[in-house]
Amino acid sequence: MNEVSLWTGFWPFTPERFAIWVGAILTLCIYSFLYRDNPFYKFAEHLLVGVSAGYWALIYWNANIVGQLLVPVLRGGVLLPLVPGVLGLLMFTRFFPRFAWISRYAIAFYVGGYAGLAIPSYMQARVLAQVHAAMAPTVSITAALLLIGLICSLLYFFFSREHKGVLGGASRIGIWFLMVGFGASFGYTVMARVSLLIGRMQFLFRDWLGLIR
Amino acid sequence: MIRFFERLQSIDRRVVFLFVAICVVLPFLFPFRLPVAVGRSTRGLFDEIEGLPEGSIVMLAGDYSPDGMPELQPMTLAVYRHCFSRNLRVISVCLWPEGPPLVEAAHQQVAAEYGKEYGVDYVNLGYTTGGPNAMVEMGTSIPGLFPRDFYLTPVEELPLMRKISNFADIAFLVSISAGTPGTREWVQQVQSRFDVPMGAGVTAVSAPNFYPYMESGQLLGLLGGMAGAAEYEILIEQPGTAARGMDAQSAVHLLIILFVVLGNISYLLSRRRESEA
Repeated sequence: MNEVSLWTGFWPFTPERFAIWVGAILTLCIYSFLYRDNPFYKFAEHLLVGVSAGYWALIYWNANIVGQLLVPVLRGGVLLPLVPGVLGLLMFTRFFPRFAWISRYAIAFYVGGYAGLAIPSYMQARVLAQVHAAMAPTVSITAALLLIGLICSLLYFFFSREHKGVLGGASRIGIWFLMVGFGASFGYTVMARVSLLIGRMQFLFRDWLGLIR
Repeated sequence: MIRFFERLQSIDRRVVFLFVAICVVLPFLFPFRLPVAVGRSTRGLFDEIEGLPEGSIVMLAGDYSPDGMPELQPMTLAVYRHCFSRNLRVISVCLWPEGPPLVEAAHQQVAAEYGKEYGVDYVNLGYTTGGPNAMVEMGTSIPGLFPRDFYLTPVEELPLMRKISNFADIAFLVSISAGTPGTREWVQQVQSRFDVPMGAGVTAVSAPNFYPYMESGQLLGLLGGMAGAAEYEILIEQPGTAARGMDAQSAVHLLIILFVVLGNISYLLSRRRESEA
């Protein structure tokens, strides 16, 4: 353990130290919710939402409107960005019920374009490649387990026949495989949530208090 | 004893929080350094980067925000360290608006350790909008999509960027991602479309969704959560915040297992009492 007191962690009072103190106090405000809801928690929560909204609005304005519309059109003399620009403006017609139908053109363009972009690559990456990998002939215990697990899990979702006899047995095995899968997901979720807590504790005890290295 | 288990049914949740907090804090103050076993998926990413010829260009996509830092920032740092120790060059892109400052912090920290020069050995191209559209656009022209870097320097002024046109110039892609757009979109739009060799680091909560990509060979390596980051730190022989956090991680997991067992015993005992009554 470092022999560093709270005071030496506070001094000299640089902008970085100030930021760490603000972060530490806000972290404690958020964690105070674990005891019960209180004004400190509400303050920190509202501050987070407000700062996030401001940050995102600024970033999106600069990246989208300035970077991809105003600069290319006004400085570069490129007119093509005006097309998505106008389509974007059409979305605002939704505020006026009489003209709201015009926004459908922008939505249709967006949905059509995105579907064209996503569907072929989605099919390739998430269906064909996965099916190909599942069908690849390999002889190992893992491959056998994968095959049994896949077939039995799929049979569990086959609802056109009553689950009894061979189908019932296979679907019960499928449930076991599904439960193992859910258990693994739960374990990973616990790890993710604990990681967030660990990150905050590292911040409090290392960056703020200087009690650990 | 039975009374103890009965009382567990009505225990205040804040007591559980207190135990979890103790299990997280104590290992930091008194580390017991449990061994970290390296998994196949982590080894896969390490081997791929280790096998790249010196001077190759690695693209790192940092698609995460500050809430993903405990898990993902150690991965970014470890991948940079590995790349710079092998004299690989790194360009970073972000499709999350919060990503560039986090990636830049990692850049600056690791570049200083290895004496790497901005613009020559590494470049941070910053954020661009568009998600999957931007990924596809990079297949045509990376400088076209990122005419300026994170510092608003025109990319043609950066020596490293003069060597990069599109994905054909990228030897390996590493996606460090906390959601959408992220690893899934990089696999769909870039790996499958442009056949770019690819590895990934993802949050633990999403990791189970990506193991099928590992099994199918679409991902050549995968880091799952803080454990994956710790394994990578061990492989590059530079234990960092993730490796140090694994003691706390293990302690909390053991505590949760204990609580699950105690909770189930308590539940079964109460059910038996009800059936007897």
